[in-house]
Amino acid sequence: MLSLLLFSPFIGIVLLFAVKKEQTTLIKSIGLGTSALSFLISAVIYYYFTSEFTGLQFIEKHPWIEGLDISYFIGVDGLSILLVMLTTFLTPLALLASWESITVRLKEYVAMMLLLEVGMLGVFVASDLFLFYIFWEAMLIPMYFIIGIWGGKDRIYAAVKFFLYTMAGSLLMLIAILWLANYASTLPGGHFTTNLLTLYTLSPSIPMNVQVWMFLAFALSFAIKVPLFPLHTWLPDAHVQAPTAGSVILAGVLLKMGTYGLVRYCLPLFPLASFQFTPLMSTLAVIGIVYGALVAMVQTDVKKLVAYSSVSHLGFVVLGIFSMTEEGMQGAMIQMINHGLSTGALFLLVGMLYDRRHTREISQFGGLAKQMPVYATFFMIVTLSSVGLPGLNGFVGEFLILLGSFKSLFLGSVVYTVVAATGVIFSAVYMLWMYQRVFFGKITNAANESLADLTRREIAVIVPIVVFIVWIGVYPGTFLKPSTSASKQVVKLMQAAKAGELPKANFSIK
Amino acid sequence: MYTYVSLIIVFPFLGFLINGLFGSRIKSEKVSGIIGTASVAIPFLIACSIFIEMLGVPAEDRKHVVTMFQWIAAGSLSIPVAYQVDQLSILMTLVVTGVGSLIHLYSIGYMHGDKGFWRFFAYLNLFIFAMLNLVLADNFLLMFLGWEGVGLCSYLLIGFWYDRKFEKSTTSDAAKKAFIVNRIGDFGFLLGMFLIFTTFGSLQFDSVFGQAALFEKGNSTIFWITLFLFVGATGKSAQIPLFIWLPDAMAGPTPVSALIHAATMVTAGIYMVARSSILFALAPATMHIIAVIGLATAFFAATIGLVQNDIKKVLAYSTISQLGYMFLACGVGAFTAGLFHLMTHAFFKALLFLGAGAVIHAMHDEQDIRKMGGLKKYMPTTYKTFFIAALAISGIPPLSGFFSKDEILWKVFIDGSPVLWAVGVLTAGMTAFYMFRLVTLTFEGGERFDTHHTHPHEAPKTMTVPLVILAVLSIVGGLVGIPLSLGGGNSFERFLQPIFEKAEMKMRLPYHDASAIEYMLMLTSVVIATSSILAARYVYLRRTEIAARIAARFSGVYTLLFNKYYVDEVYDAAIVMPIKKTSETLLWKGVDVAVIDSTINTGAKFIGFMSEIFRRVQTGVTQTYAIVFIAGILFVLGWLIVW
Repeated sequence: MLSLLLFSPFIGIVLLFAVKKEQTTLIKSIGLGTSALSFLISAVIYYYFTSEFTGLQFIEKHPWIEGLDISYFIGVDGLSILLVMLTTFLTPLALLASWESITVRLKEYVAMMLLLEVGMLGVFVASDLFLFYIFWEAMLIPMYFIIGIWGGKDRIYAAVKFFLYTMAGSLLMLIAILWLANYASTLPGGHFTTNLLTLYTLSPSIPMNVQVWMFLAFALSFAIKVPLFPLHTWLPDAHVQAPTAGSVILAGVLLKMGTYGLVRYCLPLFPLASFQFTPLMSTLAVIGIVYGALVAMVQTDVKKLVAYSSVSHLGFVVLGIFSMTEEGMQGAMIQMINHGLSTGALFLLVGMLYDRRHTREISQFGGLAKQMPVYATFFMIVTLSSVGLPGLNGFVGEFLILLGSFKSLFLGSVVYTVVAATGVIFSAVYMLWMYQRVFFGKITNAANESLADLTRREIAVIVPIVVFIVWIGVYPGTFLKPSTSASKQVVKLMQAAKAGELPKANFSIK
Repeated sequence: MYTYVSLIIVFPFLGFLINGLFGSRIKSEKVSGIIGTASVAIPFLIACSIFIEMLGVPAEDRKHVVTMFQWIAAGSLSIPVAYQVDQLSILMTLVVTGVGSLIHLYSIGYMHGDKGFWRFFAYLNLFIFAMLNLVLADNFLLMFLGWEGVGLCSYLLIGFWYDRKFEKSTTSDAAKKAFIVNRIGDFGFLLGMFLIFTTFGSLQFDSVFGQAALFEKGNSTIFWITLFLFVGATGKSAQIPLFIWLPDAMAGPTPVSALIHAATMVTAGIYMVARSSILFALAPATMHIIAVIGLATAFFAATIGLVQNDIKKVLAYSTISQLGYMFLACGVGAFTAGLFHLMTHAFFKALLFLGAGAVIHAMHDEQDIRKMGGLKKYMPTTYKTFFIAALAISGIPPLSGFFSKDEILWKVFIDGSPVLWAVGVLTAGMTAFYMFRLVTLTFEGGERFDTHHTHPHEAPKTMTVPLVILAVLSIVGGLVGIPLSLGGGNSFERFLQPIFEKAEMKMRLPYHDASAIEYMLMLTSVVIATSSILAARYVYLRRTEIAARIAARFSGVYTLLFNKYYVDEVYDAAIVMPIKKTSETLLWKGVDVAVIDSTINTGAKFIGFMSEIFRRVQTGVTQTYAIVFIAGILFVLGWLIVW
């Protein structure tokens, strides 16, 4: 079932081969149809997903390189299921959003988007480190092309920067993976393996001095992806240059791979090193929260503003993870989804405006509320979600994270929380200030006088996201439940490690 | 009836949805207006019946909690959406929905012809919804939902006319300011909640307050909790140092000022302090801070009110000042007195703002009282009701404001200190003075506007009816709290007493019988208020040159007051601009672009440069390779031979 989901986008890619490049509507329909199919499959998986069960579900395991115990091993658990859903949810919306804005090399574009989806899903479901690494790298390629071909003016610069930044991190991770697999073979009775579940039980006993290096190799790769301050400078460039759909996926899903990686790999594989780096990671996270917000405040380009706001929001997620409390961990899990929804929606909305005016400079706008009331309303809802207004999704995540970090014994100081909580003020400042300059006042720029409000297609893109924004805000239980037991398990593991009991935890599968 | 409490919440939300989603298609002001008003009036009726039922049962059976569903649960945190009906919350509900529905009714007339009519009602309903969540919540987090919700609604309503200018800036600036300043307060509220959770392991009122009763007075954790909560209160209830948003909030349509910035939203801080009275009672240090901040705000805002020329601005500062009184009361432990004043203030302040709205309406959006005068003959109902409200706020017996204000002053005198009392009375005198300066300049004397162009007229029925009802309430509203010393039973205090029982036990305030001092104090404040009123009338009716002379004589003080002590300017220069400048030049263009990014780009360029050099090694020309190859052989051979 999970393999079916994972490779379902390939159906579309195969179909695309049979289509002439002039048949644009058909091409787009194939893209949309395939990604919608993937969403349906994932919905079925979600339906049969057992929230109460802690370990991996829907697993599939086939030997791949037998001598090295590398296998095609996939599965989902509470940490990944929502991210899988987010991926399949955002991809069709992103494709629908670029219905009219992409005109050149359409076929390749749709193929790249579908390929990207495979890569992203693969990262979330891989339960073998080698397989994980393959997907992790594979996903870079379509994204590189999406930015590089369909991007803005400085797209090549941005694409190369994005690629090199991430590559630099992941090469170190590869070395660490190989070391880890080899370490397994040095143990009495052990053998070379990349099976994640096996490594979970072995790696915590790695000597501290090595564990530190291993943690760093993994964490660097993830921190770049998050992006954690000061490794974030690829993000604004990539976002500004990427086409709308690229930004949506980039912010919505790709960034989550960094935070997901921290929870899935860094913490449980290297608990002792994680403790050692908790102050550093949390400090960087908190700096990111405030720094991202302050820099976002003074941006003149809406997209860049949203990009920096991501640095701030993802800082919250990292803080939640390193609080190593159930509240913080669950807050981080839900905040990943929240950020995917609200920032995804923001990029979609900015894209709609860009399609009309071909600029994103804030100073070019003003008074749009009069001309585009429907657009303004959606933008307001998403803005409020982004600033964490109670009753909408953003609040649930932020509150849990801050609460978790406040009571966390691992962080050991409330200073982190106090500083992070100022992000609540600053987010209101930069978002509302931007909103004001774009939507309020009188229309001063003649080019804005004839702007048309949203089309049916555009409304269809944004409404599903808004539904979830409200749903998570009002009744987050639906989305907190799947991650409950998995978060609890990670926290327990960390507590046990702290208490000096190296985990021989039983990582069950189903 | 208790189980119907959920309907109180649901109706305004439905009203918001109907007007918000379909308002543009309804295309009828009447329908939109009626839906909007009914969504608040029906909850008022439900609240009334709950209240009546409550009176029929003994005090210990008056509290009920109705749980709707689980909201947020993670780890040891479990927060339901649950509403608590008790004496305090029902009182607040009655005020919010009662005064609220009158303001809705008034808005039908006031907003007539506005393109965003339906949108206005949608926002008003949403506001009421948020406010009801705030006062009915049974836990801090749901209260916070309402708390931020009213902040959002005030943002939407202040900036309702989003394309208009307001003073030196725009309405949207005022709206944004309100939201952000409120957020600063919310930051405090959040930290307070975190500390409550780590201390008590819960955010439910019952659990927290129950455990708190076991704490010692003066506990330092409780001190920090209450201090943080109070920071939240200063934001919402416009106290020093976060009061700056409220005066600007008048950029919105006038009913907004009446609803949000006089009668309900700003009272949230008082309500929260009263609700958490047991916590505050345990933290005498915080209580002192509250008393001092409250009184300082009351005094300071009153001085500004003395010299303002905008009808709404005078009222805005008087709101800040009156809220200061309420905090003063809470600060000396007189929670009931604070709430009593909250209620009476809701009546007369809503009346004042609505009256001001009628005036502005009649004067075609003119708000400068120097350009008014003589309006009483054009709009007698507005004049009479406004006059009543002014008497009430000045504390003239037997109007409502007299009882509530005197209760506060008396409690301040006996449980606080005579100095606090003296400043309080002085402030009361100033209040009476500027209120009657306002009444006189607006309604009396000769017309100072062009009577050929401006033809003031009385407001329509939908507007005057609420005025009359509020005027009646302003007169009789105080009768529920007549103190023992004046032969009353103070049923208001007795009704709320069970809520503050625990807090009062902790504070161990001495019991005072009605005494000669109380009569003396009462007499003093009435004399001061009356003479201030007469002085104001004398100056502004007969001898306007006196005011001008005083202003000229003390021009420094006058300018300082007129410019509101330059607080906005100071904040701007000391906080806003530095943050903006630092973010732009140091963080963005400095750290981000010049340091981090250029380091990385330089690294990349260096690698590129090195590659460029090594690239030349591989020319792809066979001859070159051959030459290097031969040279190498010769070199190695030579090496071997020489050695």
